[in-house]
Amino acid sequence: MTKIAIIDYGFGNIKSVLNALNFCNADAVVINEPSKLAQYGAAILPGVGAFAPAADFLQKKGFVGAISDFVKSGKMLYGICLGFQLFFTNSFENGQYDGLNLIEGEVKKFDFNDRSLKIPHMGWNSVQWTDNPYSKLMFDGIKNGENFYFVHSYYPVLKDEKIAAGWTDYGVDFCSCIAYKNIWGSQFHIEKSGDIGLKVLKNFINVSEADK
Amino acid sequence: MLSIRIIPCLDVAGGRVVKGVNFINLRDAGDPVEVAKRYNQEGADEIVFLDITATHEARNTTVDIVRKTAEQVFIPLTVGGGIKTLGDIRNLLNAGADKVSLNSIAVKEPQIIKEASDIFGRQCVVVAIDAKKTCGNKWSVFVHGGRIDTGIDVVEWAKKAVSLGAGEILLTSMDRDGTKDGYDIELLKIVSSSAAVPIIASGGAGEYKHFAEACINGASAVLAASLFHYNLMSIADLKAYLKKQNIKTR
Repeated sequence: MTKIAIIDYGFGNIKSVLNALNFCNADAVVINEPSKLAQYGAAILPGVGAFAPAADFLQKKGFVGAISDFVKSGKMLYGICLGFQLFFTNSFENGQYDGLNLIEGEVKKFDFNDRSLKIPHMGWNSVQWTDNPYSKLMFDGIKNGENFYFVHSYYPVLKDEKIAAGWTDYGVDFCSCIAYKNIWGSQFHIEKSGDIGLKVLKNFINVSEADK
Repeated sequence: MLSIRIIPCLDVAGGRVVKGVNFINLRDAGDPVEVAKRYNQEGADEIVFLDITATHEARNTTVDIVRKTAEQVFIPLTVGGGIKTLGDIRNLLNAGADKVSLNSIAVKEPQIIKEASDIFGRQCVVVAIDAKKTCGNKWSVFVHGGRIDTGIDVVEWAKKAVSLGAGEILLTSMDRDGTKDGYDIELLKIVSSSAAVPIIASGGAGEYKHFAEACINGASAVLAASLFHYNLMSIADLKAYLKKQNIKTR
């Protein structure tokens, strides 16, 4: 069984992610040492809160290089919420900050004239998945347009839209998840989206197993 | 498009659900984990635990039930009632709560809203406001379970809470709470139009149409307690009704 690392860098819903992995009978361990990452077959980068301190902490702890090496080795990585946003080149949350640059793109704030569109975008919204071959793996067994749980004020803009795994409409049509080779991630919380969210997590676990 | 959220609220004390829950075939209707699981199966979009434990010592039991619930129920969980410090907030979040709801303490020490949102992110900071109409189109903020009138204007307080870092407002009409006469729509409209964050409408739901009224008048989520606990309405039926009214549900 593939051992899955949950990367704890101090910004996360670590417990919820661990609970969900345990519920799916995965072999999951929380790690906070970058040097240990390479021992695992797959990893999850969770995260809630602001981009800048999280990116800064990843850098200081030495996770930036470790995560980059991990991805280059072909192992499966899943980013959730802020963890997903950290995949991109940079973010404009309270300034401009560098992300992990695993995926080219930037993270921008929702900006609406329509006052009925509240920020944060909080609650269940539907995800229209794409026909990218990886999104089929990600959403295997799930019907298109299913609802997932979101809480965020920022969203990514991809340089290459082809790697999007799904799109969600909230004032703008934004890329709510990606699946590109071994790099997967979602703005929505798979660990808080009921049975459907757990199914995406199981799909990730299964692909990690197959890749071993 | 975002769905409206249906949120059952459970009063817990000493680790038990204290308001009657009339679930048929439920092994232990007083067990918060069992009740949360059932609500999850019924389609609840989120669950709120309101801790009404009288003593501070007994509050550890709430952390316990949050931990047990989060191990088995994978939808957002908000916990409120009696939170006094950042340490209380940290304990609940570490146990698996996704959000905490601050009420009296937020009025007494508004800085806690800013500190909590700076440390944990505003997505997990809910400010609960107990509102009572004073005159005309004015509502006053009440604290300590609705016993003390602070004299603070609800709209002003909501704006201030948002500027300090509240990510959501749980707005309870004390005038309507328990009446089953419907949510206070005027209150909801005025707060919703002045606060840019999502508003959870609470207090007064009795019929299907009350939920629809709240949804079209600025609520992002609708909360009810006894209606669901006493099996007067099922979440699944409510969602079917809202769907017919062209209100998006999950």
